[in-house]
Amino acid sequence: MTLNGWAQIALFCFILLMLTRPIGGYLTRVFTGGKLLLSPVIGPLERGFYAAAGVNPQQGQGWVVYTASMLVLNGAGAVLLYGILRLQDVLPLNPQGFGPVGADLAFNTAVSFVTNTNWQSYGGESTMSHFSQMAGLTVQNFLSAATGMCLAIALVRGFAAKSTRDLGNFWVDLTRCTLYILLPISIVAALFFVWQGVPQTFAASVDATTLEGAKQALSLGPVASQLAIKMLGTNGGGFFNANSAHPFENPTALANLIQMLLIFLLGAGLTNTFGRMVGNEKQGWAILAAMGVLFIAGVVVVYAVEAAGNPFFHQLGLIGGNMEGKEVRFGIVASALFAVITTAASCGAVIAMHDSFMPLAGMIPMINMQLGEIIIGGVGAGLYGMLVFALLTVFIAGLMVGRTPEYLGKKIEAPEVTMAMLSLLVLPLAILGFTALVGFLPSALASLQDSGPHGFSEALYAYTSATANNGSAFGGFNANTPFHNVMMGIAMLLGRFAMIVPVMAVAGSLARKTPQPASSGSFPTDTALFVGLLVGVILIVGGLTYFPALALGPIAEHLAMAAGTLF
Amino acid sequence: MIQLFRPAFVLLLGMTLLLGIAYPAAITGIAQLVFPAEANGSLIKRNGAVIGSSLIGQNFTDPRYFHPRPSATSGTDADGNSVSQPYNASSSSGSNLGPTSKALIDRVAGDIAALEMKPPMPVDLVTTSASGLDPHVTPEAAQFQVERVAKARDLPVIVVRELVERSVEGRLIGLIGEPRVNVLALNLALDDLATKRKLP
Repeated sequence: MTLNGWAQIALFCFILLMLTRPIGGYLTRVFTGGKLLLSPVIGPLERGFYAAAGVNPQQGQGWVVYTASMLVLNGAGAVLLYGILRLQDVLPLNPQGFGPVGADLAFNTAVSFVTNTNWQSYGGESTMSHFSQMAGLTVQNFLSAATGMCLAIALVRGFAAKSTRDLGNFWVDLTRCTLYILLPISIVAALFFVWQGVPQTFAASVDATTLEGAKQALSLGPVASQLAIKMLGTNGGGFFNANSAHPFENPTALANLIQMLLIFLLGAGLTNTFGRMVGNEKQGWAILAAMGVLFIAGVVVVYAVEAAGNPFFHQLGLIGGNMEGKEVRFGIVASALFAVITTAASCGAVIAMHDSFMPLAGMIPMINMQLGEIIIGGVGAGLYGMLVFALLTVFIAGLMVGRTPEYLGKKIEAPEVTMAMLSLLVLPLAILGFTALVGFLPSALASLQDSGPHGFSEALYAYTSATANNGSAFGGFNANTPFHNVMMGIAMLLGRFAMIVPVMAVAGSLARKTPQPASSGSFPTDTALFVGLLVGVILIVGGLTYFPALALGPIAEHLAMAAGTLF
Repeated sequence: MIQLFRPAFVLLLGMTLLLGIAYPAAITGIAQLVFPAEANGSLIKRNGAVIGSSLIGQNFTDPRYFHPRPSATSGTDADGNSVSQPYNASSSSGSNLGPTSKALIDRVAGDIAALEMKPPMPVDLVTTSASGLDPHVTPEAAQFQVERVAKARDLPVIVVRELVERSVEGRLIGLIGEPRVNVLALNLALDDLATKRKLP
């Protein structure tokens, strides 16, 4: 660990904090239908969409119709993407001449991109045509991110509403989110990345003859346009197999800093939007503070462990931290910071190979995902996931003092707590269930690269990443088998939609309630006490569930390493 | 239910045209116009021929050149079998070996033994990068190779050492990123140096 390392971490946190309020304000204006700087340019396009779609933008929807709209759009999107992948050999823009994507892989990929997971069982530059990357994957990068934000906003409207059924209009939210937030920021970011050296061309590759006379085929493509939304929308699906570790997908330390900021930008801004929409920005800062505590703790562990390095390397006379699976231009600190950011959010892009992290450093990304990616989180998904924990926290606080719990003036009663718990149970059920299933099946276990506890970690990481809709991997795990493609597809669907529906039920139920004025007996939820309690509930309710599984994987590996055992 | 399908289809179609076609096409157009070198892969040309990209590492094995980090990328041979092919820029990949993997430690020990120099040495010199295409080594790893390169080229050590020092790229505003040496750029400078010295 170095002073410079801590300074780079501090710089990231500082810039993010500076951006949170302005972005939060902008998002609020977009979702409350206000006039915006871009309205004269985008307004006609927006109204054109509504007219063609037959949508009355003034008409609100209850939680059932809002949720159904979202499911229909995502279902249709998955079918379209599946079709594009299966037919990419006959579709245009296929300069490499790739054949159609196989059925199980196409199913896995379609689900993966629609659920904002962006798990990749394939290597981008050796599987996907430019058309598949652009018209297929990039479109779902936008729409899955917009979907997450719409749902978070609908839940916030549920808190802010005064006895109504109206949660807003999904089609309007989706259109405005895409046109006013995701697209403009992506355009600026994409051009910035090209300036930094990210290719943007329809050519497939260039052949070079190296200084020593060898042939080197350099894969190219429309990388920058996909990269921008991949980070902003916390999607994380790389153009190249090595994702943002590839020098073409992340050429400089500055490009890397911007990528990290893009991952957290909208998630952090949404906490402020939440505060503004419920009429008290401090409520938003309290949520962000709880996220911040968990985030910093994760960064400290990963950075310290990776900087300390691999004792087996040191025995061989090597000097320095763990550089296996890391790039020199990023080094230890940026690799550690990025790993925590990408798994705290549901991004899943990587600049270092998590499979080669030290045992305890590889455990932190797993914990981040297993908690439900509520530390900033996926755009939208992080906020609604965190608010579910907030509901649980006030419920537990209410039980302790024997009062009916309330949050933001809304009484929290049996239906809300039931639904909140349902959404929380999906994650452990799918993660631990599927990992256990893999452990029983020798054919599924054949996908593990490493033996010993690290092999178990590979399987646990894969199903954690799929269920939590993250998409990063312990890359040694061979997920591209029919069994894993299908099982992980199911895990991704459960992790996304089986969580969303109960959350939307909570939103509908909250919206119908009449807010009560705060009394001296109310538990204030914008204080340090609440932040502390919330962090505690997250760690106990969310974290302890996974302790036995983590003990079999990274913790066992760490202890074995300390004893000098290799596998 | 049926009234939800029209907006879904219209939005999906419209968004595919806008986000999947128009957006990447527009970015490509602007990029090709404003940043043509970067948009096409930051290629380096010598006498009209492409010799590589300034962003992508190459597999140097000649003792007269500075060597990059080992690379875990693979390729396919004539029979379609997967074979090790370091710095294959059409198939980026890391080793993904875990920290307690015997395969990893054996590989590193083997790489150390194959080097002329003996440890202690910088860790990046014998560890594979995440992409397998890392164009850089640390300044320490470059300095570590100076004597071998100087001997192979019959150059004074001090000359090569100074060249390495001049090739070090520092942190942005002294803060962001890590100090590094671009191996391809360094080796090009080395070749230029040799050409210059041959001239009277």
